[in-house]
Amino acid sequence: MSNRPAADNAIDRREAIRRVSAILGGTALVGGSALWTACGTADERAREQAAQQGIGTFTPEDIALLDEIAETILPETETPGAKAAKVGPFIALMVTDTYDEKDQAVFRAGMVTLDEASQRAHQKAFMQSTPDERLALLEALDREAKEYMDRRDAAVKRRGVSTTGSADTADAFLPDQRQENAATSATSGAVAVTADSPSHYFRMMKELTLLGYFTSEIGYTKAMRYVEAPGRFDPCVPYTPGEVTWAPHA
Amino acid sequence: MQSQEYDAIVVGSGISGGWAAKELTEKGLRVLLLERGRNVEHIKDYPNATKGPWEYPHRGGRTQQMIREYPVLKRDYPLNEKNLDFWVKDSESPYTETKRFDWYRGYQVGGRSLMWGRQSYRLSDYDFDANAKEGIAIDWPIRYAELAPWYDHVEKFAGISGSLEGLPQLPDGQFQPPMPLNCGEEMIAERLRKLYDGRRRIIPGRTANLTEKLPGRYPCQYRNACWLGCPYGAYFSTQSSTLPAAVATGRLTLQPFAIVTELVYDKDAKRVTAVRVLDAVTNQATEYSARIVFLCASTLNSTWLLMRSATDVWPNGLGSSSGELGHNLMDHHFRLGASGRLEGLDDKYYYGRRPTGFYIPRYRNLFGDKRDYLRGFGYQGSASREGWSRAVAELGVGGAFKDTAAQPGEWWLGATAFGEMLPQHRNRISLDPDKKDKWGLPVLRFDCAIGENERLMRKDMMADMADMLEQCGAKEVSTFESEYFPGMGIHEMGTARMGRDPKSSVLNRHSQVWDALNVFVTDGSGMVSAGCQNPSLTYMALTARAADFAVEELKRRNL
Repeated sequence: MSNRPAADNAIDRREAIRRVSAILGGTALVGGSALWTACGTADERAREQAAQQGIGTFTPEDIALLDEIAETILPETETPGAKAAKVGPFIALMVTDTYDEKDQAVFRAGMVTLDEASQRAHQKAFMQSTPDERLALLEALDREAKEYMDRRDAAVKRRGVSTTGSADTADAFLPDQRQENAATSATSGAVAVTADSPSHYFRMMKELTLLGYFTSEIGYTKAMRYVEAPGRFDPCVPYTPGEVTWAPHA
Repeated sequence: MQSQEYDAIVVGSGISGGWAAKELTEKGLRVLLLERGRNVEHIKDYPNATKGPWEYPHRGGRTQQMIREYPVLKRDYPLNEKNLDFWVKDSESPYTETKRFDWYRGYQVGGRSLMWGRQSYRLSDYDFDANAKEGIAIDWPIRYAELAPWYDHVEKFAGISGSLEGLPQLPDGQFQPPMPLNCGEEMIAERLRKLYDGRRRIIPGRTANLTEKLPGRYPCQYRNACWLGCPYGAYFSTQSSTLPAAVATGRLTLQPFAIVTELVYDKDAKRVTAVRVLDAVTNQATEYSARIVFLCASTLNSTWLLMRSATDVWPNGLGSSSGELGHNLMDHHFRLGASGRLEGLDDKYYYGRRPTGFYIPRYRNLFGDKRDYLRGFGYQGSASREGWSRAVAELGVGGAFKDTAAQPGEWWLGATAFGEMLPQHRNRISLDPDKKDKWGLPVLRFDCAIGENERLMRKDMMADMADMLEQCGAKEVSTFESEYFPGMGIHEMGTARMGRDPKSSVLNRHSQVWDALNVFVTDGSGMVSAGCQNPSLTYMALTARAADFAVEELKRRNL
């Protein structure tokens, strides 16, 4: 539905409507909840966890790792890759500034988990892995994240009214406990995923990578086609497969 | 009578205030335009208007710090990195919520005309008649025929693009050529028209964006960056349209940072003689006098000002003798609808970023249709091809994934319903006896909620769109609903309604305060019912009409 990146979601009423429709089209960004919706402060336990794991500061090594993860997700092809678009530093900034403490903790823990998964799969850290090994690992994590997020989306859908808006809104809405139970029993054996579960860390990484890349100058002008002032609106023009998107604005 | 510096004072410089300033100065009056916020000069003060989207550190998003600093703004789309300076600072201007009310304000020259949604629709006699026919609240004191010439007048000058449809519930106007439907919208529009014989139809959104040049303004360049301020003056705002016209007369004085705190009422003469102004920067108090005063401070702030005035005569303020001041607060309820995937258009695309979408005019409870609720709703929506964001939830990483994400995806069409909210005496604002704002002024307290009629209507608002999409061949049709609280529509209306009887209304049929005929209130405060159409165009027409009447009355020495 949305030709517009969710980064540009806050345009005006009409764009907000388009965004809501986009959610139903299954295309909206669903990662770090703090990014797109107004959230209250994290609960106490999340605060404690966050304090234990340390949030806020990304080291140069962290940013190098994020750059390589992003480049694996969106490598250089005929167009520049994520590293050229400085997606690593962008991810660090966004997690620090826009994620709430709970999501920051999930993200930071995810960086450790990702490296542990790399050790298990290839007996070496992600940074020491070959491009093929990195790709294989992220493909596996991507499948895991999608399966997890699909279950969460289903739980949210079963709960009904979307609670995008505010913490107050969420509090005012009581989820139907029977439905929640049904949601988890349907996927018996798997980790319980409810509408309130945090986003999967790899979904966060992938989302921030796509956002960082496609809203960068490279993304706008090299990966997509961008015209600052189109000067006209053609409501219906031919499209040939392979042509890239006309980039949005705000 | 003392000699006076000004003939008229206009309080507020948004959509209504800009119109009042233009009309009154053009008719020869010396006008003082008071604005509580800073000045925003056309083009010069649109710092982000031509910025690349990539130049924002968070690419337009919201930081945790912004979320902490804007407890109200954060509740919906207005909290963002790109035009944050156009929205009010919640910390400086708090308010009290007995029930949750989302109040999104713009305190600067131009007010919310800078970042409004620009959808512009006329009310019809189905709206003006409804209260009287159904025994709801009170009757509007005017009918469509009285407002129609003023709609003509403001449309021509503001520049509204739209199509002529011949619909009695949504009268045509003096439109510039429409911004057309794209091929996805056109496909569904054709099928819908056939299915419903034109009773339900998808039309191009009528929007205050130029498709033809006007003096000093250029046609839309299809950037879709309106809310940053337009360097082409291609959408209607105070800055692009009414203010230059008022300035050109040489009779306008614009004073920013001027918070009007009270109207000075002469109970013997039964008129307002002056306005008290607090300088927002120096806290210095001043008085200005004029023969007439136009309150265009936005729906709730005009009422706030009345509540603070003439309290020695009426404890609840000027205009409260009817017992209706502050009551009958309305908004449009929305945030629900449906979307679906369109097939057969893979070889079709569009070029340019159109700053509007489509509209489906109201069809419920009209032309023989009868529902278990009163009134109706319209839809706003659009069709487009998916962009890269679809890839977030899709399986894939790597080069092929990246290149696919850079190409447009499927066509989707979605629409959100905007429904009429009935006027209810119990939905009200009042002055909070304790809480004060940054300037030590009492703040408003809100007690407003939707009722049973709205709840019943919401079922249709969601289900109808899904039905229509299914009938028109869309795939994967699904409904959506987000929680709605009054105010989220940013269409605040009522609290100082017009009427035929001073015992049941605050304003008369010319938008004059019954108890002080030299005070006109021409923003959304005077609305007697809400319709389901975006209301700003009606405020423009009511303002121009009242200004014309005021000047005639001055000439007749009645004011």
